[in-house]
Amino acid sequence: MAEYKGVMVYGEITDGKLSSITTELLGGGRHLADELKEDLLCILVGDKLGEAPKKAISYGADKVYTVEDPLLKDYQTDAYVAVIEKAVKDTSPRILLFGQTAVGRDLSPRLAFRLGTALSMDCIELSIDPSTKLLQQTRPVYGGNARATFASELLPQMVTVRQKAMSPLEPNEARKGEIAAIKAELDPAKIRTKVLDTVKEEVAGVKLEDAQIIVAGGRGIGGPDGFKQLEELAKALKAAVGASRPPSDNKWVPESWQIGLTGKIVTPEVYIAVAISGASQHLAGCSGSKNIIAINKDPEANIFKEARFGVVGDWKQVLPTFTQKVKELLAG
Amino acid sequence: MPLNMIVCCKQILDPEAPPASFKIDPSTNKVMPPPGVPPVVSPFDEQAVEAALRIKDQQGGKITVLSLGNNLLRDVIKKPLSMGADELILLEDEAFEGGDSWSVAFALATAIKKIGEFDIIFCGRQAADWDAGQVGSGIAEILGIPSVTVAKKVEATDGKAKVERVIPDGYQVIEVTLPALITVSNELGEARYATLKGIMAASKKQPVIWKPADIGLDASKIGAAGRKTKLVKLFQPVKEGKCEIVEADTPADAGSKLAMRLREAKII
Repeated sequence: MAEYKGVMVYGEITDGKLSSITTELLGGGRHLADELKEDLLCILVGDKLGEAPKKAISYGADKVYTVEDPLLKDYQTDAYVAVIEKAVKDTSPRILLFGQTAVGRDLSPRLAFRLGTALSMDCIELSIDPSTKLLQQTRPVYGGNARATFASELLPQMVTVRQKAMSPLEPNEARKGEIAAIKAELDPAKIRTKVLDTVKEEVAGVKLEDAQIIVAGGRGIGGPDGFKQLEELAKALKAAVGASRPPSDNKWVPESWQIGLTGKIVTPEVYIAVAISGASQHLAGCSGSKNIIAINKDPEANIFKEARFGVVGDWKQVLPTFTQKVKELLAG
Repeated sequence: MPLNMIVCCKQILDPEAPPASFKIDPSTNKVMPPPGVPPVVSPFDEQAVEAALRIKDQQGGKITVLSLGNNLLRDVIKKPLSMGADELILLEDEAFEGGDSWSVAFALATAIKKIGEFDIIFCGRQAADWDAGQVGSGIAEILGIPSVTVAKKVEATDGKAKVERVIPDGYQVIEVTLPALITVSNELGEARYATLKGIMAASKKQPVIWKPADIGLDASKIGAAGRKTKLVKLFQPVKEGKCEIVEADTPADAGSKLAMRLREAKII
């Protein structure tokens, strides 16, 4: 029986570069590896990986495994699960970290069941229990109302980690590490899906995930027209515009504007929540904001428990003068 | 071409209950049902029923709803029938309680094997209580069928399904061979309301109830006994920080005052 050792990060590549989630996982993984006194490994899968393996080393990996194959150009469940299953059998990592991303959410449960091991998704905190040496996997549950910590004795221990829950190390280009190739050995007949099309929305201005200031609207905005006022404020502040789930589900705003447990996770300096009640599922997306400012007519709204400043009042009356004053202050 | 569809639905504490009513019982390490707020079918599972109903509307078929738990409220768990599903099978027993993604997926997959033929299994993308998001993919893996997750639109023809899968800032169109399992996300749109006619039809239907022995399940592999994870701690994070409410004579004045206060605090 192989001995399970090492913390392995499943790395992702976006636009030819190592994704920010991967640098975050390497940062968090490095701490875990150091505590266990074991290596930090990284696995990268795709068609042409370019400089990504070297970058992974600069961000903390001791050894990077690469799996390159034309069949791996686009993520497909069957192909990637087969490849990672093989890699895990070849390398026996003690811990396997994925990002809670479109790929991570799809790949990791299927892989966990394939390997017969347990998985905790969307973890925000990881630590090693000093007595059992088991990974303590803490994640939000009940829409964010509570936190649960899980552990499992099965190996490898698998988790997905929420974006921005961990921090990358300062990259060190002089860091030394190994790069080793693993053959994909894929059977194309086993791939039961086909990607027919990929449709990307044009995102004007700053992306929500990168924005320093966000203006977001909730159910109380009442319709697409109300969002025009939020866009006006956002323009003055050079902010991005977002929404809680109801405006997105009601199609008042594009789906990509949704911030929350099943939407985007954002960590701006300033988050202005207009007519948002502050349901836990929404807070899951914005509680990482440095300053939450809330405008809501319900004094009992949950958002006020998270906000630093707030006004209790109808946004239709509060927002216009707020926007006006903001414009004056920024001009002066 | 009519399709044979199975939808997995979970009864949970209402996720829309006010956050202030959320409390954990320290003696049992379980969430206390909020007073006066009945449980519901997990919203993503309702949307999974909706996805199946849309296909049934288009091309006909049969929808079997499968639900696992204990003390399931008939009013609640029959809702998919009222929406238009045809049959309800309950895996209802104390032995099913306290499971994790593994033991739940295992029990559901075993029940599905007993149901027999199917073209599509629909699941919600995650249960809106534990938010684990694994059972759908887990069932597919145990049954050895392909899966597509986070669907916002599903169409089916000629032994294949065409699925629009949500990705950040857009979607992919995935074709998958049937039989397959598809998990559904909120981007699919609102689930339809039960009609009066539907409610009356549902009230006449009795769910089929299966105990572990009925589907050849060993008690050690299901519920709390079959867990692969241990719940070490369940807690509510302590909320610190106070909100400064900016007040004025009118809401309009408060708006200006808020902007000035933020400038003062060097926030804008």
